[in-house]
Amino acid sequence: MTPEELEQISESEHEAQGKFAHRVNVCVAAGCLSCQSQSVKDALDKDITRRGWEGRCQTKGVGCMGLCAEGPLVSTDNGTMYKGVTAADAPEILDSVESSPIERLLCPTDVPFFQRQKKIVLENSGIIDAERIEDYIGSLGYGALIKVLTEMTPPEVIQEVVKSGLRGRGGAGYPTGLKWSTVAKAAGPAKFIICNADEGDPGAFMDRSVLESDPHRVLEGMLIAAYAVGASEGFIYVRAEYPLAIKRLRTAIRQAERMGLLGTSICGTRFSFRIDLRLGAGAFVCGEETALIASVEGKRGTPRPRPPYPAQEGLFGEPTLINNVETFANISPIIRNGGDWYAKIGTEKSKGTKVFALAGRVQNTGLVEVPMGVTLREIVFEIGGGIPEGRKFKAVQTGGPSGGCLPAELLDMPVDYESLARAGSIMGSGGMIVMDESSCMVDVAKYFMDFCMTESCGKCVPCRVGTYQMHRLLESITQLEGTPKDVALLTELCDLLKNTSLCGLGQSAPNPVISTMRSFADEYKAHVEERRCPAGVCGNHRNSEEPA
Amino acid sequence: MATGALSDFAKPAPPNQDKRWRLVDATMRRLGQHPRGLIETLHTVQEAYGYLDEEALRYVATSLRVPLSRAYGVATFYHFFTLKPAGEHTCVVCMGTACYIKGAPQLLDTVKRDLGVKPGETTSDGKVSVLTARCLGSCGLAPAVVYDREVAGKVTPHGMREHLAQWKTP
Amino acid sequence: MNRPAANIKTLKIDGRDVTARPEETILEVARQNNIFIPRLCELKGLSTVGACRLCLVEVKGSNRLLPACVTRVEEGMEVTTSSERLDGYRKAILELLFTERNHICSVCVSNAHCELQSLAQKLGITHVHFPYRYPVVAVDASHERFIVDHNRCILCSRCVRVCEEIEGAHTWDIMGRGIDALVITDLNQPWGSSESCTGCGKCVHVCPTGALSEKGRSVAEMLKRRQFLPYLTLMREDRE
Repeated sequence: MTPEELEQISESEHEAQGKFAHRVNVCVAAGCLSCQSQSVKDALDKDITRRGWEGRCQTKGVGCMGLCAEGPLVSTDNGTMYKGVTAADAPEILDSVESSPIERLLCPTDVPFFQRQKKIVLENSGIIDAERIEDYIGSLGYGALIKVLTEMTPPEVIQEVVKSGLRGRGGAGYPTGLKWSTVAKAAGPAKFIICNADEGDPGAFMDRSVLESDPHRVLEGMLIAAYAVGASEGFIYVRAEYPLAIKRLRTAIRQAERMGLLGTSICGTRFSFRIDLRLGAGAFVCGEETALIASVEGKRGTPRPRPPYPAQEGLFGEPTLINNVETFANISPIIRNGGDWYAKIGTEKSKGTKVFALAGRVQNTGLVEVPMGVTLREIVFEIGGGIPEGRKFKAVQTGGPSGGCLPAELLDMPVDYESLARAGSIMGSGGMIVMDESSCMVDVAKYFMDFCMTESCGKCVPCRVGTYQMHRLLESITQLEGTPKDVALLTELCDLLKNTSLCGLGQSAPNPVISTMRSFADEYKAHVEERRCPAGVCGNHRNSEEPA
Repeated sequence: MATGALSDFAKPAPPNQDKRWRLVDATMRRLGQHPRGLIETLHTVQEAYGYLDEEALRYVATSLRVPLSRAYGVATFYHFFTLKPAGEHTCVVCMGTACYIKGAPQLLDTVKRDLGVKPGETTSDGKVSVLTARCLGSCGLAPAVVYDREVAGKVTPHGMREHLAQWKTP
Repeated sequence: MNRPAANIKTLKIDGRDVTARPEETILEVARQNNIFIPRLCELKGLSTVGACRLCLVEVKGSNRLLPACVTRVEEGMEVTTSSERLDGYRKAILELLFTERNHICSVCVSNAHCELQSLAQKLGITHVHFPYRYPVVAVDASHERFIVDHNRCILCSRCVRVCEEIEGAHTWDIMGRGIDALVITDLNQPWGSSESCTGCGKCVHVCPTGALSEKGRSVAEMLKRRQFLPYLTLMREDRE
């Protein structure tokens, strides 16, 4: 593959797509697929055949359009978007491409949910066919790879990433450029790249969406990283629970290999790189780098003390670079447009955009990408459309089981790594769960502690026994049988786990408890002093019968 | 290191004539018959047979030269693997945060009441296995349930009861 | 080859000036200087895992507590091995261990010879202020010479390591995870039916508590002999 050949593929792709007078895009990412979007696409294809429109109108299965709760989503080339589409709507949709939009199905796109987003990671999502490499190439895909291979030295590539200010999107926000240069400097006969696609936070589906909608973008990011740090082999550690993402990654790897973009002597250079998949098997702790490495090596996913850091001694004892899906997905735009361009987006210390999975008690649930530094209020009330059913906002949870619950007082806080950490939460991978007055914050804390207890690997004592004890205390408090002494014990254990656990899972397991104790102390008080749950969730009040 | 002793090592024969062992063998070959291929191979076994029994664990462990206790330790560490056969139908209730606050606990209560089983258990007639998932990543559709690999969104206890009733009738 | 002097690190432990080789850990250096740091998972001669968290120490300039068993010495390091904060954490961790399984010293074969018990005494633990868990776990006496009593196990993994690293049998491992984790032999089968166990008994003697013991021992009769470990390690090093 030469730059000219790539250009040619891109051109012929544009030509092929330009032949059609109209195009109808149907979301075939997992969210919409589970609302039968495939049957919508099939019905459209059938109706095109019936009309004899084969050369006139193209249907395309595309990735996520963002507004997952309103699926299946369909968009047409004149910029109209339809929601809640069924197979029966197909003829009407095809009629509409040449006339006025269907009011009944219309999903307005001039609303903040779409207008306030800034798409870098998701620039191709909902636009290209994830299963065709040509479509990716037609959207500037692999141009960044060709650019680094033909015009840039590895240190120049790292310099560009450093300049961009990109920080790891997996949670902790470690500067990506710094990580790359550490691995580049490390000595070793072989180096490895691992893409962490074991999206473990409950309530987060950003990575799944990127993998399903634009898998080549992740491969390209890994390729550029491999060139920059001198690695020749890479693994994508992907959740077995994401079958569609796995299928599309496998297809993408095969296509890239066939085009000579993966394998030996890529683009006629001396650079060789291959990528293999490793399936995660349901262990949240494998988000921790050393546990992830153990898992890729076929072992129990238990973390080990650091140092040595994976950048020095990682997979099979060799220097290893681990980044998550979204981090890799940012790389090709950074190379294409330059680190300076990227650094202009976001805040002083948190550059670029972040993809959030907005869910819970919010009007517009789905996937949003916004510049760093927007406020929680903008995300929840403008983009998210606020709380449904006229209820009152109570908290927004970020960072999953390692994060915290942020109350209404903090709604005007800008969303960046430092602000979230100061508020007792973390950026995490990008799950954002909105809660209203129907949620009890003690119950939510118990939920996360249950999660941490179940996911604790059991290697170190504070996390193994401490999460069990904390869960038991929270259980008795939510059964309205707790005492103020239980709250004191809980506080003591929070401090113990935070300071003595071996890995990040145990160290951050108390965060949901600490943050709810801080912002919702009155709720804990009501539970243990008055034996009452203000939200009516806990104890005997729990109404498990659905309303008639 | 390929010492004499190791090169003499003979890969054991599959436990029986079942053709699915060929898939398992293919995975082990693809990974160079190396101990580090353990998890990938267990995935293949589970996909082929639905679960990992002692016979399979023993075969995979000896073929990959993984100590038996390590193979068992790995198989029980990861929640995706199961050592028991699943029921005829499976019902996976998502316990992701979005599903939790939108009513997943009520769905679990429904299952418990209607089927008399807790997550991880199978009804005594072997019809239905109930499982929970950490997060299906379908948070936009919360609460979500997977009925036999089909994801259903915005599930209500009532809707779930109807679905389970279908399975119970012979 | 560097001059020998360059290969020696000087540091302070509890205010005392000590010297060490660069590959040594804080725990090793403390031990050479008769400075006590509590630990349960570490055992000289086995690999280190940093799991029990009892050996956490304060190091000046680091905002985290560091496990002495895996932290290498550094030039000019200032280590504090005992403080009110550290003692508090250590007591809490030991208490958590006592609540996890059923540690009833008065009827235990290792009574008076138990590392868990003696550490608790040393740190002045008089009662446990977290609720006990009282799990129902098994006692396996199927082996002709040994017994595993999960009621006393603290999951330190010394048995797993000695079996893999010294004996080379890898009969032991850990199954499950978190609070449900258990040590197992082979495919979680009775120890007596294990095909890989050589019956060497190394696991029994490295076990810090009464979880692994020899048959025929009554209360407080199980003494652990560990001389073999430094001996074997030394002999094997010499051969290399």
